[in-house]
Amino acid sequence: MSSVRIPPVLRDAVGGSRSVAASGATVAEVLRDLFQQFPALRDRVTEDGELSRFVNVYVNDRDVRYREGLETPVAEADTVILLPAMAGGSS
Amino acid sequence: MTDQTATQPQIREVSVGDALRLAEAGYRIIDVREELEWNDGHIPSATLLPLGDVLDRIEAVVPDKTTPLLVHCAAGARSARAVARMQSLGYTNAVSLKGSMLDWRRLGGDWEAPQPLLTPAQQRRYSRQLLIPEIGQKGQRKLLDGKVLLIGAGGLGSPSALYLAASGIGTIGLVDDDAVDESNLQRQVLHTVDRIGMPKTESARITLNALNPETRIVEHRERLTADNVERLIANYDVIVDGTDNFDTRYVLNDAALKLRKPVVHGSIYRWDGQITTFVPFAGPCYRCMYPTQPPEELAPSCAVAGVLGVLPGIVGLLQANEVFKLLLGVGETLAGRLLMFDAMATRFDEVKVWRDPQCPACGEASPFVAASVQVAETLEPAAR
Ligand SMILES: [Zn+2]
Repeated sequence: MSSVRIPPVLRDAVGGSRSVAASGATVAEVLRDLFQQFPALRDRVTEDGELSRFVNVYVNDRDVRYREGLETPVAEADTVILLPAMAGGSS
Repeated sequence: MTDQTATQPQIREVSVGDALRLAEAGYRIIDVREELEWNDGHIPSATLLPLGDVLDRIEAVVPDKTTPLLVHCAAGARSARAVARMQSLGYTNAVSLKGSMLDWRRLGGDWEAPQPLLTPAQQRRYSRQLLIPEIGQKGQRKLLDGKVLLIGAGGLGSPSALYLAASGIGTIGLVDDDAVDESNLQRQVLHTVDRIGMPKTESARITLNALNPETRIVEHRERLTADNVERLIANYDVIVDGTDNFDTRYVLNDAALKLRKPVVHGSIYRWDGQITTFVPFAGPCYRCMYPTQPPEELAPSCAVAGVLGVLPGIVGLLQANEVFKLLLGVGETLAGRLLMFDAMATRFDEVKVWRDPQCPACGEASPFVAASVQVAETLEPAAR
């Protein structure tokens, strides 16, 4: 199992956890397992079965866009980070 | 022959034009003016030896009495007397420059006006910073000459503005069209109870000038838009982004790339904050990091979602920390790194952010650069 870090805006979809465990050898497999465990999360970050473009995915500190995308390998000890942009600042 | 010419030693005087040639030929230059005159400007290769010290010190300064010496003062009177005194000690090769230093400079002679030193008041006020080797007098001068624009005089802008002003940033611009509201005071520490209803930029100016009257506070009472962004950022060295919406962040990103302004980014949500620095074309930009903005329900503002009071304090000061490094040109900024702070766990994490060659704003097809010369070095190694 790898651990998946859940950003604050998505935590209510996983019961408030900051980090959840999911299994898979690639990012796609890890996400599939994650969405099976937390269907509410799937509705929030996928469009037509695809991961939405506004969610950045990192394996450890590396953006999968610059690796092999959803086919990027994930090892047991790796941390997958889901990271949508945050807006808040001034007001 | 009169008695006078018999007792007046013969000295050789040269014009400014001849002096320039002698200096070129390697004559050692002796400046016999006073130290205060020297401090206002001098020939870089000259040695200061005020006229009153010539007899006592020339032998220590120039041991070889055959050394070719070009002696000057402001116009030629003191240097003539200095040369006479040197000759009385046995110097055989000293000439006096008969002409003004203004002419020397006009004819292209080397001249150096020393760095404007800090005033005594500045020396006292910033003494703790002057002791830091990476800052010192020169660094403090850079800070005093620095111009920083804060987008937003609210949660993130408050702590950065306070510390930037306190430490002597010369000019701080504030872009905000809001008025102080009671619900701001939980975290926007620039403002006070008695200023509820006052424009935030005005309230900020009062606080910041009470802390440091020397800092110039420029109020921009407007919202940053595509129409005014270039005018707003054009005169600043560093932009600190503490806005509350994506549209503004993208507008700022594109204008900052066009005008080559570094942007220090901060965003907050409840217990979480993100900080990074965008240095145009030397690192990724906001669009490289977030090509697409999330729908509103996934990116609520603080007004909707709430925010821990201390969080903008921490994130805003991390932004200010970036500003110092950018202005001083020291250290390692967050360019290419997104720093994430989790206040609930008291934990920092960071991920790498790469410049995207396909980025519509700073990539190979960027409208803001003729040839994106540096793209390669800022890409993920595997993608080069
Ligand atoms: Zn970019």
